[in-house]
Amino acid sequence: MPDRSDTSHGFGRVLVAVYAVFALAASARSIFQLVSKVESDTVVPYALSAFAGIVYVVATYALARNHTRLALVTITIELVGVLLVGALSLVDQGLFPDQTVWSDFGQGYGFIPLVLPFVGLWWLRRSRSPQDV
Amino acid sequence: MTDLVAYGIAIVALGVAAYAGWHTYHRRDFSNPLFYAIAVLELLLIALLIGGSVALSSTTRDVDGVLFVSYLVTLVVIPPAAVLWGIAEKSRWGTGVVVIAMLTVGALSVRLLGIWKGTYA
Repeated sequence: MPDRSDTSHGFGRVLVAVYAVFALAASARSIFQLVSKVESDTVVPYALSAFAGIVYVVATYALARNHTRLALVTITIELVGVLLVGALSLVDQGLFPDQTVWSDFGQGYGFIPLVLPFVGLWWLRRSRSPQDV
Repeated sequence: MTDLVAYGIAIVALGVAAYAGWHTYHRRDFSNPLFYAIAVLELLLIALLIGGSVALSSTTRDVDGVLFVSYLVTLVVIPPAAVLWGIAEKSRWGTGVVVIAMLTVGALSVRLLGIWKGTYA
């Protein structure tokens, strides 16, 4: 059996895979946006999109390499980010003229960005107390 | 690039996802039939890469070429990555990785159609 206190094994392997997909999706998308579509008035939302990409990349790395504290910090930022951007994008459509992974609570991605941080935090909690598994 | 191609590949990917999910649920090891199913999908995706690139070069549609080709290439890369990543995990969740990968292929395939039609940017 793999070490249960390791965030990268067992179910964690699947979680890392999902995070990797979002790291790729969010960062590739933001690079594409920044390269091809950025205008002076859209810098902020696109920068936010890039920030989301970086958060996913770091979270993927942290989970894959079992850096629990780094994972906790990035997943918490991710949770705050998706809730904040999701709420703001509903309140004021003009704030985010183009889709990011976090707008409308990640609706464009099947709401997975909204669910993912909760699963991530649950997994971190669970892998920190191996006797519960 | 038609609805039939995009949804056809998405349906095949969902089928493989379901098969991999069956493995995960029953704690089966990564089996040869699962590997062959992924291989068949991979061949389809390589054909899609070639066909899509040819179609892109000859179309009069206003398709974002860079975005379109990046999706085609990503689609081809995912299954081998999932197999390597999945086989390395010895618990039941090894095939769970394949489930995620196949669902991703399905989603990308449908989104690729959107890029082709200009309904998604």
